[in-house]
Amino acid sequence: MTSSYQLNQTDHLLHVLFNEQQKSLHISNAAITSIAAQLNLPRAQVESVVDFYSFFHRTPRGRFDILFSNCTSCGDLKLMQQLCERLQVKPDNTRADGLVSIGQTSCIGMCDHGVSLLVNGITLTSISAQQIDHMAELIEAETALAQWPASWFKVGNNIRKEGLLLASSFEPGGALKAMAGRDGAAIIDEITAAGLKGRGGAGFATGMKWKFCREAQGDTRYVVCNADEGEPGTFKDRILLNSHADTVFEGMTICGSVIGAKQGYLYLRGEYRYMLAALENTLQQRREKGLLGSNILGLGFDFDIHIVIGAGAYICGEESALIESIEEKPGIPRIRPPFPVTQGLWGQPTVVNNVETLVAAARIVLHGHHWFVSSGTWQSRGSKLLSVSGDCARPGIYEYGFGITINEILNDAGAEHVQAVQIGGPAGRLIPADHFEHRIAFEDLATGGSFMIFDHSRDLLEVIHNFARFFAHESCGFCTPCRVGTTLLKNGMDKICSGHGTAHDVDEMNRTAALVSRRSHCGLGMTAPNPIRDGVKYFPELFEARLLHQEMEPEFNLDASLEEARNLTHRDDEEAHL
Amino acid sequence: MPKVRVATTSLAGCFGCHMSFLDMDERIVGLLEHVEFSRSPINDIKHCEPCDIGLIEGALCNADNVHVLKEFRENCKILIAVGACAINGGVPAMRNNFTLAECLEEAFLDEIGVDNPQIPNDVEIPLLLSKVHPIHEVVKVDYYLPGCPPPADAFVKILTDLLEGKEPSLPKDMLHYD
Ligand SMILES: Cc1cc2nc3c(=O)[nH]c(=O)nc-3n(C[C@H](O)[C@H](O)[C@H](O)COP(=O)(O)O)c2cc1C
Ligand code: SF4
Ligand code: SF4
Repeated sequence: MTSSYQLNQTDHLLHVLFNEQQKSLHISNAAITSIAAQLNLPRAQVESVVDFYSFFHRTPRGRFDILFSNCTSCGDLKLMQQLCERLQVKPDNTRADGLVSIGQTSCIGMCDHGVSLLVNGITLTSISAQQIDHMAELIEAETALAQWPASWFKVGNNIRKEGLLLASSFEPGGALKAMAGRDGAAIIDEITAAGLKGRGGAGFATGMKWKFCREAQGDTRYVVCNADEGEPGTFKDRILLNSHADTVFEGMTICGSVIGAKQGYLYLRGEYRYMLAALENTLQQRREKGLLGSNILGLGFDFDIHIVIGAGAYICGEESALIESIEEKPGIPRIRPPFPVTQGLWGQPTVVNNVETLVAAARIVLHGHHWFVSSGTWQSRGSKLLSVSGDCARPGIYEYGFGITINEILNDAGAEHVQAVQIGGPAGRLIPADHFEHRIAFEDLATGGSFMIFDHSRDLLEVIHNFARFFAHESCGFCTPCRVGTTLLKNGMDKICSGHGTAHDVDEMNRTAALVSRRSHCGLGMTAPNPIRDGVKYFPELFEARLLHQEMEPEFNLDASLEEARNLTHRDDEEAHL
Repeated sequence: MPKVRVATTSLAGCFGCHMSFLDMDERIVGLLEHVEFSRSPINDIKHCEPCDIGLIEGALCNADNVHVLKEFRENCKILIAVGACAINGGVPAMRNNFTLAECLEEAFLDEIGVDNPQIPNDVEIPLLLSKVHPIHEVVKVDYYLPGCPPPADAFVKILTDLLEGKEPSLPKDMLHYD
């Protein structure tokens, strides 16, 4: 696969399919055949990719294809319903005249902006009910997106609190210059001394990851920046990519020089496509300044970066699924070991790091580890960017030294009457009010940065229900415990929330939850039952209040399920009912 | 000591599970020293009396299946879902990919060679459910005996465990199908 080493970004299957989807509003069988021929890929591979990613469709979408976020922070499906009614179109259907299709999608990372959506892949934020009416008119009149009010497309940074990373300014090339005279091993020592751990969720020691990769056998090596940021409630990588892209790319470049990579990839979630042009521009400027390309700053190493854009699949944030996706395949997690540090992209040693990790690494190289350890706790060095959203006066980005308590954060965010906080997104933990003295730190509450606040006006069961739907939708389907289990858990929540659940159903959900966590192949399945388990543990009274007090209630309405047969046979006798 | 009463039935199934049950051959003689049968296709008793153990083969596809299943649940202390159909819907649930109207029209109206095409509507014929369901969606099931059909050894094992007052558990080779 040597040719793939130079994978050209305009030829990347995901990009070619995106263009085809935009142009033809769907991807036809004929298109699959011709794309397979054009890219010299097996047809089955192209087909499986089309079917895997939720932004690709086999049947035509509307000329305006609208996806509402269904996240508890940046979504409100009542507005989707409103737009559907205004435009006379059913959710997930394309209107007969082909003008518009409306559907929902998982969190699009705009949680600090209120209700948000994607139109033909481009982000619109802070949508109100009045705007929906206006939008319906614009769509009916087939007004081009360029003529829609520019303010609708505005994505702010909402930085509320700056710490170690956000407060200091950064000169492009600064950290690379600080590398002069230090070899790769010295850089790794610096990062290790700083105690930097991965910011993407798993918290693996970054210095060690780079060291393993540097020492692994391979023909070449790769650096991958994980900008998939799919965990509902997380948007801190968005801010870093928007305002600190130079630092992100510099972190990748430093990693490249340390491990001996010539090529890096930024894997950007499809929902952040609106940032693509700016990011490409930054890359170009860096090339012009000699910060990318050959013999960077005369330091004697070559490195460049390509951007690969996802197409709506949360699982592609999992590092091995992400690697598969860069390799133009469905994002199905690999069996590990081997880990990416020994066999990653195209089988070569690969470092996958989160955006924030790479920013921190660049800063550590620039300022030294003493600077970094001035913040944080003994086991959790440095700072963490938190994406705060939900029921509070001041949603946005808060950068704190590790060790901050939940109470302090809620106070800063202006949150009152808080019922619970979801830390680390649906895959993380649901924390009840009597645990708010706990701290954000690897040794207490580890998090990728999602911090969702739910006050007493929220129906917490509906929140848990929403998370259960999220996992059932995002399960990649590769392994049975997760594929079947997440749907069973969702069905259980459907039943309880609709008032048909019994204690027996809660027991069954607990059993299923334990099985899904223990037997799933990757982190998605292992964490998918968390919201239900935490809910049952900390808020049993909420479940109890919805339950029917009887041994068992059928999963479906027995009499209603005879309706179709009654109609077909024109029967209505006693035996025709249950 | 009074014998343990066992009832069995086939809902939407192929009787394959019952055949496999009988495949225990002469071991059934030993079993009968401890067990007597209530309602079962083996003895043609039509209604289930209060029992210790009920074995259900087959899925739920019509109203009669639902009545029979409920009768079993009300009368059996322990209810066991036997085979793929009872546990998951199995082969009968393949019709769930179609609407009921499509199924009936294909069978009674459109199929080649049908004369006097009409959808049967005699009150004696139980109405079909719009979809086929596994039995645990309607009643509480205590144990599951997987397989299509489960091997005779698995029937022997689960019944022996229950007779000995143990929590039934099947060895891995009785749970492995590929
Ligand atoms: C289902 C799933 C989704 C993930 N999503 C992300 C993500 O969006 N961004 C991210 O950086 N890491 C994500 N991760 C963690 C990555 O697998 C990986 O641990 C991380 O990118 C490593 O970088 P770090 O060491 O810098 O944290 C996800 C993991 C799982 C299991
Ligand atoms: S746990 Fe879920 S997401 Fe992970 S491999 Fe299995 S099916 Fe896919
Ligand atoms: S599980 Fe298999 S053997 Fe048993 S009734 Fe169903 S189809 Fe027949």
